[in-house]
Amino acid sequence: MASGTSDIAIIGGGVVGLSTALGLLRSGRQVTVFDGADMDLRASQGNFGLVWLQGKGADFAPYAEWTRDAVAAWPDFAGGLKDLTGTDVALDQSGGFEFFTDSEEFSDFAAALGRQQAVLGNRFSHEIVSGDDLRRSHPGIGPDVVGASFCPLDGHVNPLRLLQVLRCAVLGAGGRLVTDAHVVDVQASGGGFDLTLRDATRVTAERIVLCAGLGTSALAGKLGFRTRVRPQRGELLITEKLAERLPFLSSTIRQVDEGGVQIGGTKADAGPDDSETLEVMAGLARHAVQVFPALADVRVVRAWGALRVMSPDGYPVYARSRLHPDAHLVTCHSGVTLAPLHATALADWINGSVDAPNLEAFDENRFALSDAA
Amino acid sequence: MKIASRFLTPPEPAATIQLTLDGEPVTARAGDTVAAALLAHSGDASRLTARGAPRTAFCMMGVCFDCLVEVDGRPNCQGCMVQVRDGMVLRRQRGPRKLMGGAQDA
Ligand code: FES
Repeated sequence: MASGTSDIAIIGGGVVGLSTALGLLRSGRQVTVFDGADMDLRASQGNFGLVWLQGKGADFAPYAEWTRDAVAAWPDFAGGLKDLTGTDVALDQSGGFEFFTDSEEFSDFAAALGRQQAVLGNRFSHEIVSGDDLRRSHPGIGPDVVGASFCPLDGHVNPLRLLQVLRCAVLGAGGRLVTDAHVVDVQASGGGFDLTLRDATRVTAERIVLCAGLGTSALAGKLGFRTRVRPQRGELLITEKLAERLPFLSSTIRQVDEGGVQIGGTKADAGPDDSETLEVMAGLARHAVQVFPALADVRVVRAWGALRVMSPDGYPVYARSRLHPDAHLVTCHSGVTLAPLHATALADWINGSVDAPNLEAFDENRFALSDAA
Repeated sequence: MKIASRFLTPPEPAATIQLTLDGEPVTARAGDTVAAALLAHSGDASRLTARGAPRTAFCMMGVCFDCLVEVDGRPNCQGCMVQVRDGMVLRRQRGPRKLMGGAQDA
């Protein structure tokens, strides 16, 4: 039950909270994860499952490095999860494309990848491919595609299975997972923290890690954090299952290991509204058919909207509260890609170990106090 | 308005429709759905899932998708939502549909 004291309380039971919990458990900590209510906004249940490097941190070197480390750590992480739980998250890192139908967007993105290449040197590689070369190597790509970038390090997992496997792994590692436990209040008291759940249950913890996704803003101020997050809506389609494998993975079109094709990648500021819209869904379908015309005849079986978790500048935040040093805040948009580091190096950082990574670049002091207004 | 006029005229009870299932002739009652016709024809599986498990119509009301069948070359049609027509060509699906249409061969 949701009572008693834990060594560390993690507020948020999505991919970020569970990965962080797993790392802390492995470091010998006692951890309780408080997962919100069913109807809470849950990025971990609506996302695309990319393990993605290209384009990340082209203009912010620490993020490019951190993402590169995460992508490199994924095979071991997936193997470890399989050993712990017996379930395969379907990691496939055989490279990914970004397809373009607009020449200007294509050259802008190629330039960004050039900057990312300069930052990462031989720890990164990418190709810029013209539409015609692409159609030679990948017959079936549509005539409207003017070009593509390809990064051999990109990949994807089955995101829902990842969430399930992380939950099993946390439980298997001795963690406690309290469900339907939306934390409505948190107060520092006597060297620890008092948490109040929506059903008025109160629990205490010596340390706190706030990993509450879009629920972060409501609690951050109470712990002295200035970080606020905002929702960014993406809409997604999934098609009927196909017998064949698609001959590519892209950031907007991916085939799930079970056969369906997931199409997504839209961005909209719609506040906390996670509904889907006919216009955007039609646009997604049109994009998929432009890239790969054979999809025209394939039917969509489900569509949904989901909300990304965006910090003010879009980069991760790893912060220790100035008022309450035993409170940490962890938030990012790419919880799937970064999961292997959240489950290892981030725990070292939270524990204050000597070999912890230097995460200074991700501190919240880069945001103005007025952002928290 | 008479209440009866709001409904479709029921077909002649004895009227029949000829169609084929995997090339074999099947006789169905006019007005039946494809799923009903296949159940009446035999209780056999009308498709195999992606993992090879046998399935046939279950809910008969468009919800469960267990009744998927290829109708006139179009894969993944819900048999319980389509009425039989003379000359209809049905094929059982074995696993997921192919990208370029059609069911997977056995
Ligand atoms: S029998 Fe359930 S959808 Fe057709």
